[in-house]
Amino acid sequence: MDSNTSASILDAAIPEGPLAEKWSRYKSHAKLINPANKRKYSIIVVGSGLAGGSAAATLSELGYQVKCFCFQDSPRRAHSIAAQGGINSAKNYQNDGDSVWRLFYDTLKGGDFRSREANTYRLAEVSLQIIDQCVAQGVPFAREYGGGLANRSFGGAQVSRTFYARGQTGQQLLLGCYQALEKEISKGGVKMYPRTEMLDLVMVNGHAKGIVVRNLITGEISSHAADAVILATGGYGNVFFLSTNAMGCNVTAALRAYKKGAFFANPCYTQIHPTCIPVSGDYQSKLTLMSESLRNDGRVWVPKSREDAAKIRRGELKATDIPEDSRDYYLERKYPSFGNLAPRDISSRSAKEACDDGRGVAKTGLGVFLDFSDAIRRLGKDKIAERYGNLFQMYEKISGENPYEVPMKIYPAVHYTMGGLWVDYNLMSNLPGLHVLGEANFSDHGANRLGASALMQGLADGYFVIPATISNYLASQKPGSVNTAMSEFRQVEQEVKERIDTLMTVQGKRSVDSFHRDLGMLMWHNCGMSRTDAGLREALQKLPGIREAFWKDVRIPGRADGMNMELEKAWRVADFLDFAEVMCHDALTREESCGAHFREEHQFTEEDDVVRNGYTNPGEAKRHDDLFCHVSAWEYKGPGVDPVLHKEPLVFDEVPPSVRSYK
Amino acid sequence: MNLTLKVWRQSGPQATGHIETYAAEDIPEEASFLEMLDIVNVGLIEIGAEPIHFDHDCREGICGACSLTIDGIPHSKETGVTTCQLHMRKFSDGDTIWIEPFRARAFPVIKDLMVDRSALDRVIAAGGFVDVRTGSAPEANAIPVGKETADAVFDAATCIGCGACVAACRNASAMLFTGAKVYHLNNLPQGQEEKDQRVLAMVRQMDAEGFGDCSNHFECEAVCPKGISVDVISKLNRDYAVAVAREGLAD
Repeated sequence: MDSNTSASILDAAIPEGPLAEKWSRYKSHAKLINPANKRKYSIIVVGSGLAGGSAAATLSELGYQVKCFCFQDSPRRAHSIAAQGGINSAKNYQNDGDSVWRLFYDTLKGGDFRSREANTYRLAEVSLQIIDQCVAQGVPFAREYGGGLANRSFGGAQVSRTFYARGQTGQQLLLGCYQALEKEISKGGVKMYPRTEMLDLVMVNGHAKGIVVRNLITGEISSHAADAVILATGGYGNVFFLSTNAMGCNVTAALRAYKKGAFFANPCYTQIHPTCIPVSGDYQSKLTLMSESLRNDGRVWVPKSREDAAKIRRGELKATDIPEDSRDYYLERKYPSFGNLAPRDISSRSAKEACDDGRGVAKTGLGVFLDFSDAIRRLGKDKIAERYGNLFQMYEKISGENPYEVPMKIYPAVHYTMGGLWVDYNLMSNLPGLHVLGEANFSDHGANRLGASALMQGLADGYFVIPATISNYLASQKPGSVNTAMSEFRQVEQEVKERIDTLMTVQGKRSVDSFHRDLGMLMWHNCGMSRTDAGLREALQKLPGIREAFWKDVRIPGRADGMNMELEKAWRVADFLDFAEVMCHDALTREESCGAHFREEHQFTEEDDVVRNGYTNPGEAKRHDDLFCHVSAWEYKGPGVDPVLHKEPLVFDEVPPSVRSYK
Repeated sequence: MNLTLKVWRQSGPQATGHIETYAAEDIPEEASFLEMLDIVNVGLIEIGAEPIHFDHDCREGICGACSLTIDGIPHSKETGVTTCQLHMRKFSDGDTIWIEPFRARAFPVIKDLMVDRSALDRVIAAGGFVDVRTGSAPEANAIPVGKETADAVFDAATCIGCGACVAACRNASAMLFTGAKVYHLNNLPQGQEEKDQRVLAMVRQMDAEGFGDCSNHFECEAVCPKGISVDVISKLNRDYAVAVAREGLAD
């Protein structure tokens, strides 16, 4: 496999100057478009979640003509809505020592020094404005009695910087953003296309200038041209079939862009969230996240002995039958200073270790206890109900068990993907004109995202970054220079129609979901919470087989010229099958452990100084900064050909990488 | 468990619909209602029949996409749940379950159990927002909101826009939906400037979309998966009356 370290191919376009001044300097010198000319430029925004919705609304406010697309029936249903816990901001309202620098540092360290310093700093800086904006829109954040905004500590942070709206922060932020979008729709600045899915990207003279879409109601294929294209299409967690993502979340937009030449960066960084409701059977369609805020008061444990665990699995013992000294509160034991609040990747891996050791407590063996009995004794049931009432209720609905009386059972599940399309400081991919926001890009979270940072990034990108950076690109473009009558559009439309025809004519025997399950199972076992060279090679060997079987034996009833949900799923799964390969290549070549990417061959042992001197534990992720302190950006080279790796070196001027210890 | 399903099938917006009978066999009681339909659909796909179409996405009760009328009640007889959060343990072996779309004049059927609820988006677009330009917001803590007000508006803001309130109403009224948004924004200091204009525009759009009036049966509150109180309808009526009066005075 070839690989390049080439600044010319991957120019991150980071502005000069000290870290803390880069963004303000950038804004002072960015090219502008005068107000009278803005309306001549059109911009396509794909996705209407926090990143896409806020970008579409704000760009329209600025005067651009915006077209916004979503596959859901309304922009309000984008998956950002499901985020529970909160949004970080360095407001320091708690006077507990927070600052932009500290939020930046925590995010960089949390990402295990695999994110771009300048982008992460900007994210922390912009976090201040986000809260102002959301409050002005009427987002009902939690308040103190005096009327000020309340905060909580979240996801291992040592300051209280998380703003929240009960357990529905994502919903309230998205509704704020959706209302801003509807306001612009009513004013005519945004034309909204719900139930419309982007199926491919259109390039004109090397620039991204449009998309081909399918109207999901009529099945009609059509083209849309614009002066720039923005993808805010979320993550690819559903490559695992089971995840906490909504059923419709998919990689199609990003994968089609990749096939048109956009580089896919760090696809192996996939976050496994530690607190989800365990899988209960084969029929299962998705996994439900329980907010990690539960770890503020819940204690995670499994029995010390395998025998006790086996009896619990068989229903012969209950959690409450296990005496205190026979319980292993493994997070508190291994990470005394962070305890149950250890970062997501660490908590998830510890749960897997306990279950792999035969001490899991769910029927399937894959589950650990999250126990509130101490907190209920200490604070009273009412206080716990006030903090987590809706989550407890949700748990009871799904599991049929009452968490006030018996401990919850939880297990890690795929939740968020840090990898995404490569972008520079402008949030523009290597394809001129193609901009990528939110979870769909790769830049801010490194190898692991901290809790309450996804909402922050989506809104930072959409409300504040892209409105300031897109003019840099547009200023070099003559407005309205492309239209859908051009041959480039005809050709992509033709390709899309042919692919649909191919899918419809297979008429095999198996449902789309059955292939998706096969793919998900393979990826979960071989490219999931922990990875090995052999496992990844095996996955790469098996993937073509699943793909061939899919194209030979998939069955899509009905017609393509109308609503057909099997066809929609089939297109997405076909893209997941292709995407899985680049993900495995990335995981295979990154021969280190960092953040959420854990390679079993690379962990600290008793031989390492940092273990001997007590700084970290054996079994923790071992980075190799000398070899892998870079972004891995993959270039598509055609079907059946291995992708080519390009490396963007990561340079840390302000914070030299250190071993991440949460002990 | 084994069940008999009576499902509304309609091939397209213009087509005539009908009830079709299906056997749902070997359904685990841990499965959700939508997972039960997934199982039935796999069976249909394998024999080359078109699967039952229904809207769904997050499957955790927050996106508002799922929209089934189960045994005559939107989101089923269970209180405080969306269809996706309903689990089969609530049914018994041998049950017959009737599954229909959310029915309302303003929600035309697209296919089978899927309906077009874009009328609700247009009600929001008419005025369900605070007109604040990105970047122009004052410092967040410069707008104090008392905890009680914040909690009360939150209860209204929690609406997921599923439309069950409309489907449950004999008049297909969207007053609970509209009232919830008006309550949320009109009771916050941020929403005061556009208070009258908001309620007038939203109510007029609601009427234009073909939603009916409220006749105080409160079926909407009973089916709302988020438990939004009909008090928001009284508040909507009051705000509307005041706004109409002020509009009259201004003329």
